[in-house]
Amino acid sequence: MTIFDFEKPINELESAIQELRQLVAEKGIDRTREIAELEAQRERLLRQIFSHLRPWDKVLLARHPKRPYALDYIRLMCESFVELHGDRLGFDDPAIVAGVGKLGAYRLVIVGQQKGRDLKERQRRNFGMAKPEGYRKAMRMFQLAEKFRLPVLTLVDTPAADPGVESESRGISEAIARSMLTLFELTVPTVSVILGEGGSGGAIALAATNRVLMLEHAIYSVIPPEGCAAILWRDPNRAPEAANALKLTAEEALRLKLIDLIVPEPLGAAHRDPQTTALSVRSAILQQLDELSQMEPEALREHRYQRFRQMGVFQTAAP
Amino acid sequence: MIGAGDSLPPFLVSGRIGAMQRRAVVASASDQWVQCAKCKKILFKPDFEQAMRVCPSCGHHHRLRARERIAFTVDPNSFVETDADLRPADPLGFPEYADKLAKGAQSAGENEAIITGIATIEGHRVVLGVMDFAFMGGSMGSVVGEKVVRCFERGLEQSLPVILFCASGGARMQEGLVSLMQMAKTTAGVARFQQARQPYIAVFTDPTMAGVLASFASLADVILAEPGALVGFAGQRVAAQASVGKPPANFQTAEFQMEHGMIDLIVPRKQIRPTLAYLLDIFTGGARV
Repeated sequence: MTIFDFEKPINELESAIQELRQLVAEKGIDRTREIAELEAQRERLLRQIFSHLRPWDKVLLARHPKRPYALDYIRLMCESFVELHGDRLGFDDPAIVAGVGKLGAYRLVIVGQQKGRDLKERQRRNFGMAKPEGYRKAMRMFQLAEKFRLPVLTLVDTPAADPGVESESRGISEAIARSMLTLFELTVPTVSVILGEGGSGGAIALAATNRVLMLEHAIYSVIPPEGCAAILWRDPNRAPEAANALKLTAEEALRLKLIDLIVPEPLGAAHRDPQTTALSVRSAILQQLDELSQMEPEALREHRYQRFRQMGVFQTAAP
Repeated sequence: MIGAGDSLPPFLVSGRIGAMQRRAVVASASDQWVQCAKCKKILFKPDFEQAMRVCPSCGHHHRLRARERIAFTVDPNSFVETDADLRPADPLGFPEYADKLAKGAQSAGENEAIITGIATIEGHRVVLGVMDFAFMGGSMGSVVGEKVVRCFERGLEQSLPVILFCASGGARMQEGLVSLMQMAKTTAGVARFQQARQPYIAVFTDPTMAGVLASFASLADVILAEPGALVGFAGQRVAAQASVGKPPANFQTAEFQMEHGMIDLIVPRKQIRPTLAYLLDIFTGGARV
């Protein structure tokens, strides 16, 4: 189990609390006061650490092996969900989960990127790196949504699209491009949430939506910081510096007006309280759907066009 | 058969090309000889330029600058540049970016990695965009994204076909998430342009990679490519690392992509103009009949 440096003191305190509790349970000694003290200390420490997170800490949190994944959120926030499979072209990509379900008052289509929890599952899910068939399955779902006038929710959490030879052979670039194109053609409300890693083309393929939300400690980037550092300084170990330069945090994405809303995470990040996080995500999504549902079908498409049309920072030279 | 070569009219007939070549030769009169980057043969520069920088010996297609490409592609004096006043900014204050932009502008003699405009190709009026690899590897930042979208918007407003020549290493890392969003923005442009019912033809030239390939480039109605052009998603090293076994010898070439159904036709450079004209005639001729 990976423990990151900045989490170490918290984990040490938690072990101490755990030990005391065990002592209480086994020997019946009253340690309530000490436990309360340690817990207060833990709380203070968490607050202190989490008020000074550097971008690189966020990268580590976004990739935290205990971070809740798409299926966790679906399970925790949906009334019901049925997973549907396959791209109808010969493949079913486990890195993308898709299906139909109910969320609050809404029936909807959900498409998410799914990482694995243990080694075997991680390999099966290809570490959340979708292949062309994953995006083609997603497109099938988008078209189902359009046909039956259901809103679309996408849950983004991927280091990148799969870069391997197999994916190249089946047209990974075209699949990413067409996934975005399909989203732009829809006349139903579309919302995406960047849950963990918003990895480049692999992420935007599912995030060309009317609203884009980001969890507080998620990241969204054009290139992984390691890759950026390798290009800039020929040294992947300078990834923390690259993470600063890339402005990949939710705060920066909001400041640049590239996302609409940051969903706050509980103290200590999503993995310390998945239930509370999922409820926050749920209410944020429902609020977006409530707003978007007021719009006419054609207005939704136009809104999506304008949303991305105005993104970009440039100058106009004097004539 | 189109692209096979013989049935198409010879293209090198325009006096304009000759004039341009003469300028190129005069500019480098001290150096009359060049070496083919692939077969290493020493070539007489005027011959090499006359052959549009295709090696007469091995057929290797050397990269073209955007303005050379435009001169080779459009009818004489028909090109009117649009949006030439757009200049890059530095939205993130990214390390060394301002410097790279200045150097790029100086060495490439262009302000950005794409030149756009309106021109005619064998009489067909089109919106044309040509990427220039010489400017920061043809990378797509805000200016490229904006100019590409304006191509599609102009095509829709004026009911004109859109022709885009791609040459790019991908998204421009120095603009961070803003550059990633250009993938969505240009794709939105393609989506909207579909209403025009006018053709969008992309030509993949060396190289067409990553963020450009995974957005507007791959969404053309017809995709042409130059022989041997590098066309792919991830860098070769990354792709090899992520795969079991060795990539095939022609991995991420135009030929590989065509074998796998991602490209319609590989067209030698001198046939690109007549092939574009032929396709434009087919796609836009229907209404006139």
